[in-house]
Amino acid sequence: MGYQLSKQNFGEVLGKLGETYRLFAPVLKKGEGRFKDTDVVRYDFVTNPDEIELEKKSDYAFKEFMLPISETLFFFTEDQVKEADIDEKDVLVFLRSCDMHAVKRLDYIYLENGKEQDWFYKRLREKVKFVLIGCADTFEDCFCVDMGSNRTEDGYVFSVDVIDGEFCCDVPDADMAKVFAECKAVETEVTPRFVTENEVHVDIPESIPIGIYGSDVWDEYSARCVNCGRCNIVCPTCTCYTMQDVFYTDNGKVGERRRVAASCMIDGYTNVAGGGQYRRTNGERMRFKVLHKIQDFKSRAGFNMCVGCGRCDMVCPEYISFSACINKVADAVRKEADDE
Amino acid sequence: MSRDINVKKLKKNAFRQSKVRGEAASRVRCPGGEIDVESLQRVVDIAKQYGKGMVNITNRQGFEIPGIDLDDMEEVNKALQLIIENRGINQEKYNGGYPASGTRNVVACPGKSLCPFGCYDTKAFAQEVDKAIFPNDHHVKIAFTGCSNDCAHTRLNDFGIIGQTEPQYDPARCIGCEQCVKYCKKRSVGALKVVNGKIERDTNKCVGCGVCVNYCPTRAWTRSKEEYFRVVLLGRTGKKNPRMAEDFMKWADHDTVIKIICNVYAYLDEYLDKEAVESKEHIGYIVDRTGFEEFLKYIMKDVDPNPKCEIQGRIYWGGKRYDQTNELRQSMFRFSERED
Repeated sequence: MGYQLSKQNFGEVLGKLGETYRLFAPVLKKGEGRFKDTDVVRYDFVTNPDEIELEKKSDYAFKEFMLPISETLFFFTEDQVKEADIDEKDVLVFLRSCDMHAVKRLDYIYLENGKEQDWFYKRLREKVKFVLIGCADTFEDCFCVDMGSNRTEDGYVFSVDVIDGEFCCDVPDADMAKVFAECKAVETEVTPRFVTENEVHVDIPESIPIGIYGSDVWDEYSARCVNCGRCNIVCPTCTCYTMQDVFYTDNGKVGERRRVAASCMIDGYTNVAGGGQYRRTNGERMRFKVLHKIQDFKSRAGFNMCVGCGRCDMVCPEYISFSACINKVADAVRKEADDE
Repeated sequence: MSRDINVKKLKKNAFRQSKVRGEAASRVRCPGGEIDVESLQRVVDIAKQYGKGMVNITNRQGFEIPGIDLDDMEEVNKALQLIIENRGINQEKYNGGYPASGTRNVVACPGKSLCPFGCYDTKAFAQEVDKAIFPNDHHVKIAFTGCSNDCAHTRLNDFGIIGQTEPQYDPARCIGCEQCVKYCKKRSVGALKVVNGKIERDTNKCVGCGVCVNYCPTRAWTRSKEEYFRVVLLGRTGKKNPRMAEDFMKWADHDTVIKIICNVYAYLDEYLDKEAVESKEHIGYIVDRTGFEEFLKYIMKDVDPNPKCEIQGRIYWGGKRYDQTNELRQSMFRFSERED
């Protein structure tokens, strides 16, 4: 079922949905970029359509709801533990097709990988329904087509495409459709827009031989990368975290356990007892990250981790391109094959 | 033909008297160190037609066109009209050139228009101040710089205006990666430390440079919406007592800054040494005579500083007093006579 409606009526839809759901959507944060008078698009809770950034690609990913950047898991005192409360309301998360594909990666890691499911992820994940934001055109760094994440057929309760100021929504969810019908939405055939062509192309080798480990392809990143970890923080599929056990300063018997996002590029990630560090140079860290995204994860999960959203390229202060690196790896693999 | 030239008038008209008899140099005023290409082309044209085909770039971000025949000054002034209009310089007489030269070109680093660390629009502020104080014959030097790096060397000016931002911290977005701590220490003053996985900012130590904001990978640190300024006073070069400007205000707002600058002219009208050579002395020497209290009374007239603004009640300056001693601090030796 599809609907077409004005911005005002779409606002009414969101108002009605707001009674049941919290809305988590990309928001243009004025002046909150790194530099003076620069903006950033990151996720936040909204109440009306004016707050939602539907034009630009978000700089930071939707994952911040299910995987908060900093999340208190539980509080402890002496022999008692209590899990931190969460807002009981369900959540509608607005995201693009590539991000829908990223959800599958997050679910795999936290719900399907290993015997136990992650309790804290699961309790947030169960609250979420998705709203698909259509893509009229590719953005600068996207390579979703080559990664097969440009199309999303299902998994969303409704979609949004703004065409000539009119909100066009595909609404497969029957309950949602009722709300749209109540808000003077006109029934019509709607297919969410998706891109079929990117400017950026990647050529991921079918199999990457172990020789790539010692390849000089990584050397340049030791010199170029500043290990800031922005690429991981903005990535919709990066799932690493670290723990902080905090003992309150006024009473050390009371405290909390937090988990905070971690990055395989940032110092300290591979530190082990005794002062060991498995990946010291930024080139080694880049190798780990890239191969994980395009090979190692796939060998376990059966599908690649990277969805080609290009956010890592957008955010890198050193203009390091992930897609360019994939292609450098492909060249190195081909060269090695030719040499043999 | 014998020349009968009013040299005082020539200087006031922004021509510099040359050591070459019969020649002068035209001084082009560029507030904020900014010039449009049309004006720049005019500088070139004047240098070609009336000068020697060379242009001096001045320390205070202006241009100086040497080798102008004193007989051509009127024609040069006509040619300068386009630059004066394009640069928005206050003028008294059409085609009359610059009406004063005492108050020097207002200097600015590129600031937020270009520099990742710039905390405000330095050029616009410089141009605004130029509009407010020019033309004026009093010898006043003002410079604007975007951040505490002070690339504009404001501390060698009578009024140095240094941009500040008040870092805003959202602990919910902080992963404790400590990059802000590291870079604050390495590139700034070391005002940050980690307490229980989150960051504590020493608000007294923090200079408001924004380095933490630039290096934060998660947008836990952002810039304040408000722009603030550190005001440093009465720095100077020169033969007698060169010295750095000292802190007068921190966290001052825009209106406070512009008012105290404008107020200095009444003080100079009152207390400038009537016998001063070429009616010119550094303000600091006048303050030495009147006492700082009197200076403060004048520059703070009708100023209502913003509540956050901190003001230094008494200032002591350093620098070497060459009028007292020209000795080097350590006992003097000649390199050729040194003992091995």
